[in-house]
Amino acid sequence: MLDDRDRIFTNLYGQYDWGLKGALARGDWDGTAGIIARGREAIIEEMKASGLRGRGGAGFPTGMKWSFMPKVSDGRPAYLVVNADESEPGTCKDRDILRHDPHKLIEGCLLASFAMGAHVSYIYIRGEFYNEACNLQAAIDQAYEAGLIGPNAAGSGWDFELYLHRGAGAYICGEETALLESLEGKKGMPRLKPPFPAAVGLYGCPSTVNNVESIAVAPTILRRGAAWFSALGRPKNTGTKLFCISGHVNKPCNVEEELGIPLRELIDTYAGGVRGGWDNLLAVIPGGSSVPLLPKSICDTVLMDFDSLRDVKSGLGTAAVIVMDKSTDVISAIARLAHFYKHESCGQCTPCREGTGWMMRVMNRMVQGRAESAEIDLLEQVTRQIEGHTICALGDAAAWPIQGLIRHFRPVIEERIAAYVASGATGRLAPTPVNLPRAAE
Amino acid sequence: MLEQKGAEDFGDGSTADGVSQPTEFGFDAQSEAEIAEHIKKYPPGKQASAVLPLLYIVQGQMRRQTGSAWVPRVAMDAVAARLGMAPIRVYEVATFYLMFNTSPIGRHHLQICRTTPCWLRGSDAIEAACREVTGITGWHETSADGLFTLSEVECLGACVNAPVLQIDDDMYEDLDHDSTVRLLEAFRRGEKPKPGSVTGRLTSAPEGGPTTLTTLQNQGPPPEPAPPLPAE
Ligand SMILES: Cc1cc2nc3c(=O)[nH]c(=O)nc-3n(C[C@H](O)[C@H](O)[C@H](O)COP(=O)(O)O)c2cc1C
Ligand code: SF4
Ligand code: FES
Repeated sequence: MLDDRDRIFTNLYGQYDWGLKGALARGDWDGTAGIIARGREAIIEEMKASGLRGRGGAGFPTGMKWSFMPKVSDGRPAYLVVNADESEPGTCKDRDILRHDPHKLIEGCLLASFAMGAHVSYIYIRGEFYNEACNLQAAIDQAYEAGLIGPNAAGSGWDFELYLHRGAGAYICGEETALLESLEGKKGMPRLKPPFPAAVGLYGCPSTVNNVESIAVAPTILRRGAAWFSALGRPKNTGTKLFCISGHVNKPCNVEEELGIPLRELIDTYAGGVRGGWDNLLAVIPGGSSVPLLPKSICDTVLMDFDSLRDVKSGLGTAAVIVMDKSTDVISAIARLAHFYKHESCGQCTPCREGTGWMMRVMNRMVQGRAESAEIDLLEQVTRQIEGHTICALGDAAAWPIQGLIRHFRPVIEERIAAYVASGATGRLAPTPVNLPRAAE
Repeated sequence: MLEQKGAEDFGDGSTADGVSQPTEFGFDAQSEAEIAEHIKKYPPGKQASAVLPLLYIVQGQMRRQTGSAWVPRVAMDAVAARLGMAPIRVYEVATFYLMFNTSPIGRHHLQICRTTPCWLRGSDAIEAACREVTGITGWHETSADGLFTLSEVECLGACVNAPVLQIDDDMYEDLDHDSTVRLLEAFRRGEKPKPGSVTGRLTSAPEGGPTTLTTLQNQGPPPEPAPPLPAE
């Protein structure tokens, strides 16, 4: 078990003062000017050495991302944009940072902005996080008042402005270029890449989008050193991570642990175990709704990190662990995700716009068994046609959960179809929906 | 999110879904002060960035003035004029984002999360309870007494406290059928129960209290809640 002394988010649950006084007591804003005095290069090198990989889902190395920003400005300003849109089903970790440890994020914004030559940063927070936004805005105001941000931020000589911007209910705005569009006052529709944001981002200027957790851990890494951080976790999967454990466990919770912790240990130690015991486990979605689920046989031994989960054809994603026990109708569980992606598609690419609706409708029939066996393969093929053929990764995200279901639970789908036929109904042409879930139109 | 909003017709004075639109809208003094706060966050010439904040400000003003938080079309025009945007750009934005109501809603907006993590922990029972108490049968409909509007939403970002019901700006967590009924009855009496876990659990810590971070020095209790944002 990770020692409390190695935990970064020491007010994760909000027992203590989230304001500046509490933050100072927890060691935030300690020697910030000294870190900035090391210079941009040194900060980026330290972040690279720490091995930190982005906590927003894709796991791209943070230090390397920062190094893509222009070293010398061509006259355009640079921006850091923090992605606080947290909407990936299963994920609720950034929420705890925003409401309980906002100063870690604010200090991280200053340090990251300095390292990237940005004098201005925006935090884009999902609209539903109203109370979280209140805490964060209050913390920003405190930081301004104390001179920690603003002109000559924290006495570092660096001028830094930080603004909070609220989204308004659109999952797609978590995709980094959709977020930039939204921040510019448009519909949140992703942009084609390239150009990447580091070249042409917010207002056409060099920009970096980072997840809340990626930015909020930076000050602690820079204070305690890359060696400390990279000693935790596993090679190429270093450090600690906030895990969200939801679904059929006895005690759902958020917890900070080392990357690479066995999934079973994570669930048993922190979430009170699977409801009804480990043997009652059916499947786990290990990294938020966008990654394929894993059957119990893999869950028995798999480690919770980027590479281990990739090796079993899933992913760490946002480290949101969604647990399903044997009582779960797993087809229904995935059909609900199909509904989610259909609802959240921005609609600008045909494979995603049409495909998410089609997949949802087929999934809803599969829930009842009102389908033909051959349609399982057809569904699988359609997911392959969507995956990789869209502007943004929402298309992939919609395809993967269904691929995972077919890979691991095909017999369940076939049984459902057989049961439907046995009940006297006639396959896919059945006239009236029986028990059609509300998700369907 | 595309078809969520019902058919809007911005061609003439009425809308396809029969929403009766006010004919004028002006920002009040409180809204004007809030607008100034927001516009200054963005660089010169980029004030279109303030479109989401301004739509929130409209919705807040409508709530203050009429008890219903929504964005009438004339208000979208006012936002467009203020930000130097073509009105169509504001209509696009107002209908793209789920949190802007383009038709009037009840005094309290019940937003049930039915995405998988909430569904696994019983969001169907929360839905049933909401329907029992309010008598609402569809989605995005308002109860006969005008008190509640019921909507289905996707993951609210509070999944370890599932099932979750957002009422207006607040999340109510760890619900079940009976606690949902009690919650809505309290709202009906004009009370506003404390947001968060209804079981008294500490935020996202496991039930029974944290099992980590237990060896740390006490750093003093949490302060008073933060003041509301200027935009509401
Ligand atoms: C459909 C979609 C939704 C996303 N939602 C989020 C989100 O809510 N929060 C987030 O940090 N990243 C989200 N991402 C990932 C971002 O595009 C981006 O990779 C991330 O913010 C980068 O931060 P990081 O490098 O610190 O991980 C999403 C991506 C996609 C394709
Ligand atoms: S993949 Fe889907 S969400 Fe992404 S840009 Fe295309 S239509 Fe929009
Ligand atoms: S699934 Fe309901 S809050 Fe995430």
